[in-house]
Amino acid sequence: MDGFFAPLKPVGPGLRLALGIACFALFFLGWGIATYGGFVRPLFLASPGETLASGWALFVEYGFARDVLITVGRVVGGFLLAAVLAVPLGILMGAFKPVDAFFQGFMSFARYLPASAFIPLLILWAGVGELQKVLVIFIGSVFQLVIMVGVIVGSVRMDLLEAAYTLGASRRGVVLRVLLPAAAPQIFEALRLVLGWAWTYVIVAELVGASRGIGHMIIEAQRFLDTGQMIFGIFIIGLIGLITDFLFQAGNARLFPWTRGR
Amino acid sequence: MSKLSIRGVSKQFPARRGAAPTRALEPTSLEVADNDFITVLGPSGCGKSTMLRIVAGLETPTEGTVLLDGQPVTRPGPDRGMVFQSYTLFPWLNVRDNVCFGLRERGVPRAEQLAVADRFLAQVGLKGFENHMPSQLSGGMQQRTALARALANDPKILLLDEPFGALDHQTREVMQELLLGVWEQHRKTVLFVTHDIDEAIFMASRVVVMSARPGRIKCDIAIDLPHPRSYRIKTTAAFAAYKERLTEEIRVETLKTLGMEG
Ligand SMILES: Nc1ncnc2c1ncn2[C@@H]1O[C@H](COP(=O)(O)OP(=O)(O)O)[C@@H](O)[C@H]1O
Ligand SMILES: [Mg+2]
Repeated sequence: MDGFFAPLKPVGPGLRLALGIACFALFFLGWGIATYGGFVRPLFLASPGETLASGWALFVEYGFARDVLITVGRVVGGFLLAAVLAVPLGILMGAFKPVDAFFQGFMSFARYLPASAFIPLLILWAGVGELQKVLVIFIGSVFQLVIMVGVIVGSVRMDLLEAAYTLGASRRGVVLRVLLPAAAPQIFEALRLVLGWAWTYVIVAELVGASRGIGHMIIEAQRFLDTGQMIFGIFIIGLIGLITDFLFQAGNARLFPWTRGR
Repeated sequence: MSKLSIRGVSKQFPARRGAAPTRALEPTSLEVADNDFITVLGPSGCGKSTMLRIVAGLETPTEGTVLLDGQPVTRPGPDRGMVFQSYTLFPWLNVRDNVCFGLRERGVPRAEQLAVADRFLAQVGLKGFENHMPSQLSGGMQQRTALARALANDPKILLLDEPFGALDHQTREVMQELLLGVWEQHRKTVLFVTHDIDEAIFMASRVVVMSARPGRIKCDIAIDLPHPRSYRIKTTAAFAAYKERLTEEIRVETLKTLGMEG
């Protein structure tokens, strides 16, 4: 079928990139018109130029690079801790229905507990140091990840398992050499999603009781009504997210080339 | 001596969500001699797959037992190779490693695995495709790989559940000849399920006809056609006579499944 808007019709890579860039361009255009055109007062929204200047000042004068590194460290720490626990547990739940029956109810309950609600309690338990920040991210990620990995492993095609059994695989062989490789690409994808959510938790954690980090900088900037710095901080998070996404996608294509074109 | 002995095997699937339990297979007995090529012919839903899966050890019978060389079947094992109707190659392994899978699970040294895999791949006409991934193969090639994978384990009996059912007519005819060629060479015992009458006659030394659900064996017809057989045999008078008889047997059962008593 011809035409631009035929449902599910793929677009070429060149056009895809051009359209993606056009969206960013349009966003900055709208932002520029709103601020330079005087439609919004500078007190509420800094212009693109001011935001960039604030960002420059942040890096050069205030050592913002360190804040970024600290925040990235917290995210990665909490996320890795969650992954190390959640991936094996999710695999066990997906593979073995009694394990699933045991944990499923509790996990479904626990994942609705907002990580931010734990902050006061965590401050009481762990102080306002790094451990507390990492734990907020851990709590926010771990239950979601367990459930996602469990569903992924539990929905591996049964006929692949049956084929393996008729080829003489043991239960252990089926788990290690059928369930795991079959589920791995989607587990990887789940990790990518959860890492994105971890970023929202770290900022919340840094808004309360932190002395460094991107979230802390944003709160500080608010005291001086520096919308440029605030917006720049938010953009940095988006940029890091974009880079991580790209890395995950490249990793996925590299680790699981067999999923391409499916 | 009979190699495979199906004795009074029946299957009733338990009730689900208020629906009555499904009686899939009436008590059925079948003796399969060494080197027999038996095709099981029956209308869809009559319990053919259920019977084959019980022999494979993938389902437990409600009543009765299955003996292979006098040993009761309790679970799947490499002595009963199976090819499924659905494509069950492991998508993360290339063609060669798919064929090696069973050997690897049983701890055969790698060099021997490769030698065996290449021999059987050559036999099913896939020399040169060893490094292809399953997603790069046509349906016919995938099923040939699955056949090589089952044969590589040197099973006592080969169980085939409509392995060519999803292929187009021409490909299917070529596959039938290929399988028959393999059988004429190795004289493996084969239990082949199909609902295609031509296919059933062409390959079989015996055709077993099953009645409509709940299935039981309705008749058992020896096919006295000379070997080696080529596709040309399908136009002979002897073939036509078998076809006429089986068409009549199957038609009655199909009408029953449609609720239209013949
Ligand atoms: N796991 C199952 N649970 C409940 N009913 C089943 C199950 N498997 C098969 N059946 C039913 O048993 C009957 C026979 O199925 P099957 O052996 O697949 O038939 P065939 O292979 O001859 O088409 C069908 O009515 C089917 O719906
Ligand atoms: Mg079937």
